[in-house]
Amino acid sequence: MEKYKMHILICGGTGCRASASEAIQNNLQDAIKAKGLEDEVQVVMTGCFGFCEKGPIVKILPDNTFYVEVKPEDAEELIEEHIIKGRKVMRLLYVDPENKETISDSKHMGFYKKQIRIALRNCGFINPENVDEYIARDGYAALGKCLAEMTPQTVIDEIKESGLRGRGGGGFPTGLKWEFAAKNEADQKYVVCNADEGDPGAFMDRSILEGDPHSVLEAMAICGYTMGADKGVIYIRAEYPLAITRLKVAIKQAREYGLLGNDILGSGFNFDVEMRYGAGAFVCGEETALIHSMEGLRGEPTVKPPFPAESGYNGKPTNVNNVETFANIPVIINKGASWFNKIGSEKSKGTKVFALAGKINNVGLIEVPMGTTLREVIYEIGGGIKDGKKFKAVQTGGPSGGCLTEKHLDTPIDFDNLIAAGSMMGSGGMIVMDEDDCMVSMAKFYLEFTVEESCGKCTPCRVGNKRLHELLDKITLGNGTREDLDLLRNLSTVIKDTSLCGLGQTSPNPVLSTLENFYDEYISHVEDHKCAAGQCKALMQYVIDPELCVGCTLCSRNCPVDCIAGERKEAHIIDASKCIKCGACMEKCKFNAISIQ
Amino acid sequence: MAKIKLAKSKVDKLVEICKSFDNEGSELINVLHKAQETFGYLPAEVQEIIARELNVSVAHVYGVVTFYSFFSMVPKGEFPISICMGTACYVRGAEKVLEEFKRQLSVPVGETTEDGKFSISCLRCVGACGLAPVVTIGERVYGRVSAGDVADIIKEYQK
Ligand SMILES: Cc1cc2nc3c(=O)[nH]c(=O)nc-3n(C[C@H](O)[C@H](O)[C@H](O)COP(=O)(O)O)c2cc1C
Ligand code: SF4
Ligand code: SF4
Ligand code: SF4
Ligand code: FES
Ligand code: FES
Repeated sequence: MEKYKMHILICGGTGCRASASEAIQNNLQDAIKAKGLEDEVQVVMTGCFGFCEKGPIVKILPDNTFYVEVKPEDAEELIEEHIIKGRKVMRLLYVDPENKETISDSKHMGFYKKQIRIALRNCGFINPENVDEYIARDGYAALGKCLAEMTPQTVIDEIKESGLRGRGGGGFPTGLKWEFAAKNEADQKYVVCNADEGDPGAFMDRSILEGDPHSVLEAMAICGYTMGADKGVIYIRAEYPLAITRLKVAIKQAREYGLLGNDILGSGFNFDVEMRYGAGAFVCGEETALIHSMEGLRGEPTVKPPFPAESGYNGKPTNVNNVETFANIPVIINKGASWFNKIGSEKSKGTKVFALAGKINNVGLIEVPMGTTLREVIYEIGGGIKDGKKFKAVQTGGPSGGCLTEKHLDTPIDFDNLIAAGSMMGSGGMIVMDEDDCMVSMAKFYLEFTVEESCGKCTPCRVGNKRLHELLDKITLGNGTREDLDLLRNLSTVIKDTSLCGLGQTSPNPVLSTLENFYDEYISHVEDHKCAAGQCKALMQYVIDPELCVGCTLCSRNCPVDCIAGERKEAHIIDASKCIKCGACMEKCKFNAISIQ
Repeated sequence: MAKIKLAKSKVDKLVEICKSFDNEGSELINVLHKAQETFGYLPAEVQEIIARELNVSVAHVYGVVTFYSFFSMVPKGEFPISICMGTACYVRGAEKVLEEFKRQLSVPVGETTEDGKFSISCLRCVGACGLAPVVTIGERVYGRVSAGDVADIIKEYQK
């Protein structure tokens, strides 16, 4: 990187690409060429910076200026002003929403202040398609150290001492898992990276693979060294084309540099990585199902034991870890277990990456030390609730997790606390909900997902979840009874206790946690036939307040089914029997005359 | 094998794909990915040829195709519309957007309009939650879509 005086980093994460970051890159390059600065300024496309809400992000080094919401047409001005004249383009800087101060260095932004980046250390800093940049930031130093100075057992001991627990959801101690796999003798063993990322509202693993693919390759090789495996397989969703491309480039470059392949770094250790593609089945994230899918079969889970560490891929000892788990490994080796285990809470060490989304001001990818409270995440990092609405719940753990409320806001986030609070860590999806979100509908949303994704192998999950979904549907239609609520609870318990795999064992959690925390809301659905959040269509009506309506006709012109009547300058009226409750009228009315009742 | 009606060039292409994976039964999923990439979908004939080439039963191929939602047995529209129904998009109103697409195009999810132009499907988290609700049409990603934008988006493709 030294050759250039200045570097322009552009976010190439999925979010920013969707808002034209590639066009920004092209325009910047054109402008640089026009000014003859090709040898002075380098443009690099990185992975996600995290602050997706404010994307597309452009960062200029060495002065660390962080531009937000950049548009392709801003490129010329950035080159002319910032690069040539050395003046920051003020209108593209971040403005603190509280004190209206302009901030140019991201480390002073509320969004970044409380974050510690270990797994995401390189995301937004390096060009993920250039192995030299990874190496320049200590890349492959950990692999070198393991091969040259450490025995497989001392590596395992280091990981054990670090306290690292699996980030794929279960939180199983990683060092211990590696030790099991190492102890099982076999002629062939496998290291598998679980990049199936099934949580429908999360993009942590994807961002790591898009922003820093080598960190995962390096860790897989280290794992292979500890357990005596020479083959690694990354199981990745086919829906992640960018991550797949970047991984392919990374594997090729690592092979060219002798960091994968035979006799790595002259140590005599062989290790290579190949890829397998998932095809859109949530249950394939479960490790036994994942292994069946890798073998070309339907991805149905099987009973454990045997654990993959004994008999996994092709019947051989196999170690499966999550992407983020792997991304932590090189840092632990480089900085030492005692550095790592000082971060975090007593039983959960290190950090956790979350995809923070929903009704929150700063949607994005964050990494915080374990033990950070939900309040800090939502209000300090997340910048509070969108549009000044009231916080209602935060959902963690995806379809296996639960909704937490106001009273949990000061709970330090770690594996055990979240379970105690009735949710779970999961892989890191964190969805914030406000007063307009109906909790019964939310539970129904997750159950719809589960019903679709259940592999159907065992009855409690296949049939039970369908029944749960039907009951929830009935309640949102206003036909539920109090008995249905008891039925929901009982059925949930049965499904949890009798399902074969983790999917069924956790699928009722969204129902149970909302029943526990929002029982009143269920009651008002079944007794008063009211949905306070105004989300259950069957339970609401759009009405025009004749006092407020000025008769501008905007609503009636926008109603797709022509059910609003009224003369110009006279109060309008909605024909409730024809209204399809699309909400278009309310969105359009400039006089707040339309409301839901 | 008389019932295979696929053009010979297509059959050859499939045979080639299978061969590139050494006609290994355990490579079935990779073969299906490649075949869908090439043909856009996986009709029964395609599955039969793959079964024959990999020396596995047609039932096995069918079982795998139907298990994974990524594989489709019906052709998609010229402009495949996908509405993200991931959690982040859902809480920001994706359902309304979906309803509006269904209404405007008069097709249910998973089907294609009569003129073959549009198909509607749902997908889950495309990784652009910051732009929720998100809709993709082919390669193009639309962010912060509201029900009111749907008509304009469709118009872009109707020329
Ligand atoms: C239904 C289900 C879905 C899962 N999905 C994923 C996933 O998408 N990614 C993942 O890493 N682990 C997932 N897991 C957890 C894996 O089974 C496994 O525990 C994990 O990959 C182990 O890696 P770790 O120890 O590094 O967390 C899932 C488990 C279940 C039961
Ligand atoms: S619990 Fe559900 S997903 Fe798991 S094996 Fe049973 S049916 Fe399949
Ligand atoms: S848009 Fe509002 S003010 Fe105008 S006619 Fe409709 S209800 Fe009345
Ligand atoms: S909600 Fe939709 S259908 Fe009902 S009156 Fe308003 S615009 Fe018309
Ligand atoms: S995708 Fe650009 S900041 Fe996340
Ligand atoms: S949930 Fe729709 S993009 Fe993430």
